[in-house]
Amino acid sequence: MSFALPPVLRRVAPQVVTLVAVCVLVTLFFPGFLDLRLSDGRLVGPVIDIVKRSAPVALLAIGMTLVIATKGIDLSVGTTMAITGAVAAWCLDSGLGVGPAVALAIATGLVCGLWNGGLVAIIGIQPIVATLILMTAGRGIAQLITEGRILTFNDAGFAWFGSGAILGVPVPAVIWVVTGVALALLMRRTALGLLVEAIGVNRRASAIAGVNATVLLIAVYVASGLCAAFAGIITTADIRGADANNAGLWLELDAILAVVIGGNSLLGGRFSIAASILGALIIQTIDTGILLAGFPSEYNLVIKAALVVIILVLQSPQFMAEVFFWRRFGRKNLAPDTVKEDAR
Amino acid sequence: MNPRLYPLYATIGIFLFACLVCYIQFPFMASTRVLGNLLTDNAYLGIVAVGMTIVILSGGIDLSVGSVIAFSGVFIAVMLRDSGLPAPVIMALLLVVTTLFGAAMGGLIHALAMPPFIVTLAGMFLARGAAYMLTIDSVPIVDPFYDRLQDAYYLMPGKGRLTLIGVLMLASVAVGMIVAHRTRFGASVFALGGGVQTARLMGVRVGRTTVGIYAFSGFMAGLSGIVFSVYTGSGYPLATVGTELTAIAAVVIGGTLLTGGSGFVFGTLIGVMTMGLIQTYIVFDGSLSSWWTKIVIGGLLLLFIVLQKGLLRLTTTRLASPQAGAPV
Repeated sequence: MSFALPPVLRRVAPQVVTLVAVCVLVTLFFPGFLDLRLSDGRLVGPVIDIVKRSAPVALLAIGMTLVIATKGIDLSVGTTMAITGAVAAWCLDSGLGVGPAVALAIATGLVCGLWNGGLVAIIGIQPIVATLILMTAGRGIAQLITEGRILTFNDAGFAWFGSGAILGVPVPAVIWVVTGVALALLMRRTALGLLVEAIGVNRRASAIAGVNATVLLIAVYVASGLCAAFAGIITTADIRGADANNAGLWLELDAILAVVIGGNSLLGGRFSIAASILGALIIQTIDTGILLAGFPSEYNLVIKAALVVIILVLQSPQFMAEVFFWRRFGRKNLAPDTVKEDAR
Repeated sequence: MNPRLYPLYATIGIFLFACLVCYIQFPFMASTRVLGNLLTDNAYLGIVAVGMTIVILSGGIDLSVGSVIAFSGVFIAVMLRDSGLPAPVIMALLLVVTTLFGAAMGGLIHALAMPPFIVTLAGMFLARGAAYMLTIDSVPIVDPFYDRLQDAYYLMPGKGRLTLIGVLMLASVAVGMIVAHRTRFGASVFALGGGVQTARLMGVRVGRTTVGIYAFSGFMAGLSGIVFSVYTGSGYPLATVGTELTAIAAVVIGGTLLTGGSGFVFGTLIGVMTMGLIQTYIVFDGSLSSWWTKIVIGGLLLLFIVLQKGLLRLTTTRLASPQAGAPV
């Protein structure tokens, strides 16, 4: 990019280009893709549908971005969604009302995050194993709360979180946009984002430099748990029931994928919440687009896998070095040994 | 005593303790029938966990195995239905496909220097997607060769059935033990788990070993898929979702460090057996609900990891002394 773009836009440019490309591709197959109209005071159309449906993955990706920035990973978010959903449904069934249900669900998400953070930061367990524990046990806990059934409820107030609208925009979309903007501002308008990145690059060095790495690490996992709680509330409200077996199943992998498509390194360090959210939107656009374009949904996973591999190859530092090497070789037509010197 | 063996002893100790608890409560559990079923029911998991152990010993991870098992079942079922090739040929073909699939993932991991987690995640989507593309239905396997495989068993004293697939699992563990602990390839795997840079300096061919590791895991996943198709008698693209995580859990319970470089293939067998025992206990009890399996396995995972963490602190102080040996 030779023309001057603000740094944020320059960072998310590849993701924006990918998203636009995917949208154009879907529009070619399904011309009505960009239709937007107002019906009963709310916006409807495929685009709005995508923005609404991407809420769980986008929310999880927001939390996951921070965790991955610290060189961690959180496999338990899908399970946390199931537990928070089960808690919320249980509260509604016990007649506690919407307020306590939401509060308890959020508190549950915070506790899950605290548990993961404690295992990672204080006991020093590898993040992937530490969160695997909750991932395995958590679904059992969720089933314990729902007693193995699908807990249904009939509460218009709570269902609003899943199917309501604010100024014509679906509530789930509003929730993930607000969460994303709030966390991004918190990270980038204070030094927190920098400190999180410092931990990801080298925890010991950042601790020596005076960063309270332990507390910050726990906080990052708590943030991830909080995002998972929001996602759990939305999913539960959407289907008006808590399904301990299937709520949020394998969504952690989609969230990790979104973060990786967003160009964030799994090895920690620099992160961009906006890019991760764009990654989540790309995934959802592909999912919905395949359906709209009339392809059988069986192709979904293969297309997704192919896309991931392409994005991975493009992002690989080794691959880019190779490309630059050959381009320079071709342009200047230098002797090979000089090029090698150059590449170094 | 070699402190590196402590995790293995802890694993075996906990397994024996669990056996004792089961025996005291339900004396009938000490029968060859239960043992035979334990081996048969967990055969596919045991085989895939052996491959996973090698991958984890090298410091990597393979998330694709569950999908590869499902793909294998669907591949066999559809090929048997549509191609008319004899079953053994199809099985050989399948093993070639899954081994090449694993090798390709290993190649990508090495060539692009990408984390195994994300490469094998893409592999997981690809294998599951390929299974969907073959069929979205559950396809029954009707074949005389399969009938013979399903009926092949040795009647142990006490009427317990030692099935072919159970024996195959034990054989896979034996092969895994030899590969990991007695070959040059195994030594390279341990060296990689200790650190890629040091391994390279020691003269390990990193690229070749990485490809070999994931090819081995792909082969084991294919074998496990065959066993699973014998076990269920059908191919279903939605089968064995999440098996990769169960396998990882079994490996961790078996005393292998997820950071790589330390562990035992035999421990993995004990890990698989421990998880199977918990399920058998819940079946015997009858009043406990199935979700307790997940909670207990989660608890066991936590216990083992904390135990390992403590042992690791103990050994790192002790490894400073000269008599500490290499991993067995």
